[in-house]
Amino acid sequence: MNIYVLLKRTFDTEEKITISGGKINEDGAEFIINPYDEYAVEEAIQVRDAQGGEVTVVSVGDEETEKQLRTALAMGADKAVLINTEDDVENGDQFTTAKILAEYLKDKDADLIIGGNVAIDGGSGQVAPRVAEMLGISYVTTITNLEINGTTATVTRDVEGDSEVIETTLPLLVTAQQGLNEPRYPSLPGIMKAKKKPLDELELDDLDLEEEDVEAKTKTIEIYLPPKKEAGKVLHGELTDQVKELVNLLHTEAKVI
Amino acid sequence: MARKVLVLGEVRDGALRNVSFEAVAAGKTVAEGGEVVAVLAGESVSALANEMVAAGADRVLTIENENLKQYTPDGYSQAVLAAVEQEQPEGLIFGHTALGKDLAPKIAAKLSSGLISDATDVEAAGGNIVFTRPIYSGKAFEKKIVTDGLVFATIRPNNIAPLEKDDSRSGEVTSLSVDVKDLRTVIKEVVRKATEGVDLSEAKVIVAGGRGVKSEDGFEPLKELANVLGGAVGASRGACDADYCDYSLQIGQTGKVVTPDLYIACGISGAIQHLAGMSNSKVIVAINKDPEANIFKVADYGIVGDLFEVVPMLTEEFKKLKVHS
Repeated sequence: MNIYVLLKRTFDTEEKITISGGKINEDGAEFIINPYDEYAVEEAIQVRDAQGGEVTVVSVGDEETEKQLRTALAMGADKAVLINTEDDVENGDQFTTAKILAEYLKDKDADLIIGGNVAIDGGSGQVAPRVAEMLGISYVTTITNLEINGTTATVTRDVEGDSEVIETTLPLLVTAQQGLNEPRYPSLPGIMKAKKKPLDELELDDLDLEEEDVEAKTKTIEIYLPPKKEAGKVLHGELTDQVKELVNLLHTEAKVI
Repeated sequence: MARKVLVLGEVRDGALRNVSFEAVAAGKTVAEGGEVVAVLAGESVSALANEMVAAGADRVLTIENENLKQYTPDGYSQAVLAAVEQEQPEGLIFGHTALGKDLAPKIAAKLSSGLISDATDVEAAGGNIVFTRPIYSGKAFEKKIVTDGLVFATIRPNNIAPLEKDDSRSGEVTSLSVDVKDLRTVIKEVVRKATEGVDLSEAKVIVAGGRGVKSEDGFEPLKELANVLGGAVGASRGACDADYCDYSLQIGQTGKVVTPDLYIACGISGAIQHLAGMSNSKVIVAINKDPEANIFKVADYGIVGDLFEVVPMLTEEFKKLKVHS
């Protein structure tokens, strides 16, 4: 089984967001594997362990992304590929990333491609389904279970709380929803081994892509922080009175009830 | 610049979801005086067409086919692409729902178009259609335009106000016949579980529980309060990780991002990841035993106390209010 994982490096969920020069300030921020992509890495490893084959983790990013790729290798992925767009792409969007990934994947004969269902920074959830469409393969997003039997896949998809059990065939792209698995922590031997595992670095040139082939189809014109919420009213007095006051405030002042 | 805009209505359990009407309103803004055409796809949807007209659509296109009974990316993309082929629109609006999130990127890739996902606002400004959307789960926002392809966006439920419903409006309803076939994914079974009644992403009121709820049974008083308010129950990651409830209820940076009119946080400490998922709610109420809890920093109203005392009392008070009003 030839398995590929699409991985994105994102801000740690603990980070506060600040803006400088109209952009998100990345100075001193901690970065992690996008949490949903961590489920994808774990699932890929489990499928490989059950079915045999190889797991390759691919990321479009910059030199810094190597760290997250090494973590994926330490978890148990076999190979990693960094498509470094630092010098070529200034303002990419979801089309940009999808196009690059699809171009890389088109001659890889992937049986299974797994990504996260959304990245917690950009939050669009577009890249993986775009890649599937560009490769001409089918996809199932927000999955919580995956079973593979030969070339048949039975997938459980989370649909706003309900579940759909879906049958389809490989090759297939799926995106991970929380609950799919429990991602493992890299073990110490895993971390040692990861240092020796192959991590290839490619640029647009290596994929025969020009900058204009991946030019964004959307443009961000402004980034801003939401107005800071002022701390509100903490009520006082007897609990029963507080409850009455709260209901009254919600009804007459906030007018939401 | 007047544009023709296609708006995809979304049908669930035989009824149109609210986001369909919100999408019509967004479509009106994008159209800048041009025509807004609603598309309804399903096994049997024509009876709902007039509701889209009442919500502001100028025309409705119905696509009925037994292979559209359930949503699949292949089936619905064939239907929507046939509508796009016939109408040649300049704009396309879907809801940012399980369906819209899944379908829109496929359509965008097929049409080689830009796509703006999860928009919470839309305005016509300086010749552009500018969409506002949260990034970093609502810790920041961006304004974005499409520079290549259709003005294509998915809109987050509950954020863009629908137009006032007007049953006197009239609009042509036509059917489009599409040969929907070769579905590569087949739905074998649908298991209904989490949302008893109100959908979390569309709920006007959410009562959410955290670790302070202490057990699965601890969610019962929250459910009763949600019922009285016609709302939905949500949870923090802490409550989900502790197995008090299903992950589908999780609100936060991982999990759902919600913006109800009223968010009642019960026994939730207010970790930054949770705040990212709910701090843009219109009104936030915090109930927590710990007066130092972070959740009070974003709450409009707070009660320091035991949720197992406060929540049932609230339920009773709201019941009284309902009787009086």
